[in-house]
Amino acid sequence: MNTNPQGPTQIGLGLEPHSYKIMKTQTEEPQPFRLHSVISTFADRMAGSVFILPTVLALLFLSIFPLIASLYVSLAKFDIAPGGFKLTFVGLDNYKKLFEGSEGIHFLGKFAPSTPLTWVVFGVVVIALAIFMARYLLNVRVSISGLMGRVLLSLGLGLITWMLVYTLWNEGRLGTASTTLVYVFVGIFFQFILGLSLAMLTVQRLPGRRFFRVIFLLPMMITPVGIAYMFRMLTDTSKGPFTPIWQAMGLSDFSWVNNAWGARTAILIGDVWQWTPFMFIVLVAALESQPVEPIEAATVDGANSWQIFQHITWPAILPVSMTLILIRLIEAFKIVDLPNVMTNGGPGTATQSLTYHAFINWRALNIGGSAAVAYMLLFLVTFFAMIFVNLIRQRTVETL
Amino acid sequence: MKRWFQSKSINTPSPVGAVLSYLALGFWALLILFPLYWLVVTSFKISSQVAEGPFYIPFVDFQPSLDAWKYILVGDLSNDTIRNFSNTLIVAPTSALIALVLGTTAAYALVRFEYRPRVGAIWTFIGCMALTIVTISLGVSWQVALVVSVTVFFILLQTIGRRFKRALGNNDIAFWMISQRMLPPVAVVIPIYILFQRLHLLDTYAALIITYVTSNLPIVIWLMRDYINNIPIELEECASIDGASRYRIFWSIVLPLAVPGLVATFLFVLVFTWNEYLLALFLSSAKVQTLPLTIVAQNATRGPQWWNMSVLILIMIVPVIVIAIILERYITRGLLIGAVKG
Repeated sequence: MNTNPQGPTQIGLGLEPHSYKIMKTQTEEPQPFRLHSVISTFADRMAGSVFILPTVLALLFLSIFPLIASLYVSLAKFDIAPGGFKLTFVGLDNYKKLFEGSEGIHFLGKFAPSTPLTWVVFGVVVIALAIFMARYLLNVRVSISGLMGRVLLSLGLGLITWMLVYTLWNEGRLGTASTTLVYVFVGIFFQFILGLSLAMLTVQRLPGRRFFRVIFLLPMMITPVGIAYMFRMLTDTSKGPFTPIWQAMGLSDFSWVNNAWGARTAILIGDVWQWTPFMFIVLVAALESQPVEPIEAATVDGANSWQIFQHITWPAILPVSMTLILIRLIEAFKIVDLPNVMTNGGPGTATQSLTYHAFINWRALNIGGSAAVAYMLLFLVTFFAMIFVNLIRQRTVETL
Repeated sequence: MKRWFQSKSINTPSPVGAVLSYLALGFWALLILFPLYWLVVTSFKISSQVAEGPFYIPFVDFQPSLDAWKYILVGDLSNDTIRNFSNTLIVAPTSALIALVLGTTAAYALVRFEYRPRVGAIWTFIGCMALTIVTISLGVSWQVALVVSVTVFFILLQTIGRRFKRALGNNDIAFWMISQRMLPPVAVVIPIYILFQRLHLLDTYAALIITYVTSNLPIVIWLMRDYINNIPIELEECASIDGASRYRIFWSIVLPLAVPGLVATFLFVLVFTWNEYLLALFLSSAKVQTLPLTIVAQNATRGPQWWNMSVLILIMIVPVIVIAIILERYITRGLLIGAVKG
């Protein structure tokens, strides 16, 4: 269905619309020459470029330069020199450091000797990935790009699993990469579930629902640094508001600073508290702008509320949900304020996220190392975002 | 008995359902409000009251004092507070509005037009970027290098670029846009600082607004894309047949129908820019500092000044809440009802 009214692209930049999805059913009759109509036709043809070019230019202006500059910095050694600073090109040294020695433990985690459990978990994942590859190879349509994508995906997931299983149990210690993954996936899971349930509850016609909606938005309004300080007050075990509870549980000497998973949980609670409203408000808007007719029809036909949710509401909000999760995925990888303020990354390095790791290097004027961590983070985010977009988002949205 | 479980109409829950809903809503509201209550209480404390342990209820547990409020609003810090507050009031809504306008048009374009950016053109572009960087690092002034590479880019585009047939689609453009948010601010903040230093824009509203607009554009685009996708295309087709131009279709049909999405998206971007910390830290030195900087500044050499922080956090929430309350009623059901009938 190519309803392309303006012919092939003109300057080859690709930002002229190739076609317009609204069908022009009216045949355009030749009209007598009038300057006004010529101008308006031209303006109409340019609409596609006019709509998108400002955004593209704005993004190019402020994203390409920092991206390239920080890539260069990650390949260089930064030194303070008289009258400013000096960058010496060192190749991949900054990256190599992240995988060996003490920086390696910091970044990847401390690997524990393997136990039967780690073998089983790792084995299951490897077998699952092998089945995934085999099923694709036995497929009729195998393309080179598709194959490359899947090989990369299996390798990446395999490596990440390997890193997680060996650092998660026994004497292993999570590195900043694994900690970030824990924050991202556990956090998003709870935020989405809570956000969706609250949104479903407040679109019901209940008196006072507007009051609840405004209340639920509140955490989003607070500046992230403020939230971090607030949670540091709340989680204080000797002066915080929950002190009597801690004492009753015999935890009066307990401090978040002593227990790795306790500290991580505290940070996750803060994260969920802070970001559930984001999920909530977008899902409310999505639920509200859903047409009512299908639901009315289904009710007349005697569908129960679970069936209505499953077959009408869920498909309608699925695209927005996928977008939300993708945005949160990208944002959550950059978590830094909560660990920085609440625990200073402690105990040890247990609650440090990748951004915090980059921040520490940066504070120590190891700007090259900081940029290298940031680029590793970029690879990780891109990897997961690509998986999400290509495998999950397209599949779920397109099967509708 | 049965009527306790029967709902009267769609979206009106049964009595039992209503009670359960209220319980759940009330519980979450409590979880949200208690930390805020603690902020309020802390803002009325003086340092010894915070240090001695938890006190919950003013007048019963402890004698509240207005010291922190006075210090922030009329005392030593008042000049800073008021200046930073008005800066935030200028920067955040302006950037949110610009981002919303640009982002919504781009989102509409990505939904309703098909673009085919050619792979060849993109590689040409990257090549010319590299050329610019190399020439600048060789000592050519950046103005000359820029002009030369732009010229080379367009010449190559007209000649070689046309031979490449492979093209990307709208989804690739959208992914490129969202990928602009993937690098953590810590990594990009120094290049951005240098960029604005070269443009002599440091410590101006322009620097903050430009940065905030571009960093929030991807979010606007991705959220608005889905809302616009939900608008029935039939309406636009009807208008198109009646001879409306694309600008008119966008302005009089798409925008009014996308109001719930626009409001929600605006709220977000407003909040993000309102609360942004790291970029503001670098791009402003004295004149255009924003409020989050004031909050962090309270963690001084004497340790965190909890009471001052609480006051600042509270006065920072107030304007956003007011805006949220005003805008909330636009996120209402039924704007699309009947739009497609007949």
